[in-house]
Amino acid sequence: MADSSACVAIRLEEVEKTYRTGEVNVHAVRGVSLEIARGEFVALMGSSGSGKSTLMNILGCLDRPTSGRYFLDGEDVSSLSRDELADIRNRKLGFVFQNFNLLARTSALENVELPLLYGVERLSNAQLHDKAERVLEAVGLQGRGDHHPSQLSGGQQQRVAIARALINDPEVLLADEPTGNLDSRTSVEVMGIFQDLNEKGMTVIMVTHELDISCYARRNVVMRDGRIVSDRAVTRRLDAALELEKLNELPQEVIGSTVQI
Amino acid sequence: MRVGSTSKIALRALRRNKLRSALTALGIIIGVGAVIAMVSIGNGAKAQVEAQIAGLGENVILIFSGSTTSSGIRTGWGSAGTLKIEDAEAIRREIPAVTLVSEEVVSNAQVAAGNQNWFTRIYGESADYFDLRQWALADGAPFTNQDVRSANKVCVIGRTTATQIFGSEDVVGQVLRIKNVPFQITGVLTPKGLSTQGTDQDDIVIMPYTSAMKRVLGGGTTLRNINAQVASPHDLAPAQQQIIELLRQRHNIRAGRDDDFTVRTQEEIAAAATATTDVMTGLLAAIAFVSLVVGGIGIMNIMLVSVTERTREIGTRMAVGAHSRDILTQFLIEAMLLSVVGGIIGILAGIAAAKTIAVVKNWPALISPASIILAFFISSMVGVFFGFYPARKAAQLDPIEALRYE
Repeated sequence: MADSSACVAIRLEEVEKTYRTGEVNVHAVRGVSLEIARGEFVALMGSSGSGKSTLMNILGCLDRPTSGRYFLDGEDVSSLSRDELADIRNRKLGFVFQNFNLLARTSALENVELPLLYGVERLSNAQLHDKAERVLEAVGLQGRGDHHPSQLSGGQQQRVAIARALINDPEVLLADEPTGNLDSRTSVEVMGIFQDLNEKGMTVIMVTHELDISCYARRNVVMRDGRIVSDRAVTRRLDAALELEKLNELPQEVIGSTVQI
Repeated sequence: MRVGSTSKIALRALRRNKLRSALTALGIIIGVGAVIAMVSIGNGAKAQVEAQIAGLGENVILIFSGSTTSSGIRTGWGSAGTLKIEDAEAIRREIPAVTLVSEEVVSNAQVAAGNQNWFTRIYGESADYFDLRQWALADGAPFTNQDVRSANKVCVIGRTTATQIFGSEDVVGQVLRIKNVPFQITGVLTPKGLSTQGTDQDDIVIMPYTSAMKRVLGGGTTLRNINAQVASPHDLAPAQQQIIELLRQRHNIRAGRDDDFTVRTQEEIAAAATATTDVMTGLLAAIAFVSLVVGGIGIMNIMLVSVTERTREIGTRMAVGAHSRDILTQFLIEAMLLSVVGGIIGILAGIAAAKTIAVVKNWPALISPASIILAFFISSMVGVFFGFYPARKAAQLDPIEALRYE
């Protein structure tokens, strides 16, 4: 166990979360134990009310478990204070949301810089811009740094959000329904970015309810009623690059057929 | 702890909403501007009144004749003629603190010279009068003690009277007829302008009181009032008391009966006059202060709306590592920046407004540094005070709920 701890990114031990709404206790998560190694790409699935969002909040250090323990990068984070959790989120986690959560009327560059402003490191404006520029380039948005979110497409906005998640070089990338607001083509593009990052060793955990999206991950964890009911490796894994090629061929056929008519 | 980057964040947030920031600051600009302008105008008015009071002379005590009660009807001050020439001499003789005394009688009369005539006020005074009121002559010389003793037919006239009768002619040595008595003009007074009551102080003829009583008033031995001057302000109150005691004794007023005269020091007259302007200044400042508070409430309102509108932004900031304190500081700095920048612009606007009013309305405006410092201090406090509640509300948001807020 001690040997393997070095390559374990996340370990949950009998994690429970109970909400008290009035007189009734709602058991959102009932004893989940889970281990995610470094470099894994996990899709967390389940219907609404299955507890996957609550589990995601705990994994994202936005919420603390009622009982049980949570080790992130070998550190027990289940009993840290609000501010300590904020620092953990800043240094070790990157968030990608369904609705992007970019600051409106703010350039892509400044959006990407946001986590740096709350970091311990003190950086000059030039250093901030420089760092943000490089990450934007890594997600394929070179030269778009001064665009505001309203001037970018949904896919581009999500790329800005991914760049923001990556700027502090996090241990784990957490994505909550990252393709929920995107069309199928940009969804595949975003999956492509995740797969690339994962190839380079990034641990990715993604909540989704779409079966085809979950097939881009390496491992699928399914929850129901606050418990894990299925945890298996993906057998017929989709490659985003290949899927994108298929999609690229499709429109040409369509165009060809319209010309014939 | 990370005020530097938080200031940067706050500045960026304000820049994102330029129009709203400008409108919010406008409330403070108007409030601070109003305070500065109003206080300046009030101070200017007060300074003007004080200057006019000082025009009475320095350390002056005024003694007025009392009123009489005749068949139950009480007459006004100065009407009874209870002050005698001997009273003035007694004051001159027996109260050492008094340095100058001028017996005063007042009348109105038609004056003429050549084919011109003019209705003006005639003042009878002693030769001390010009020193007492620090009223210099522009031309010629004042009448002398000898003139007073002999009731000579001489007089000194004000600038207005001189212009009305003689135009631009040289008046010293000319003859002025008053009630058909020829008076020789020995000098012309320097102009003093309008009095606090709005009368023209230069529309005047001043002659020895003896001459006035004998030749203009047609007999009589009573004075309207006595002007006295003491050497220093410390002597005012004791001298006032001594004069009261002396006159009560001379007028045989028994203990318990009211004085048949009134003694006022210049300080009392000044206090009465400035009390009015003080009330006006206070009132103006109060109105201006209300607009400053309204401006502050405007900031609070906008910040509250802003917190609600930016709930998801706050959630995002927390998700990427902002502490509650960072959010609190950010919103507090935003509110303070708005009010401080608004305050600075407001100070400039207030000074500009005060100067404009001074020029356009010919109204004196005195911009006091104290009111500028106070306005600046208050406007920053407004930022902290009205910014704190919205800022705390933002800082206490739960990141999970904030992120999900629609």
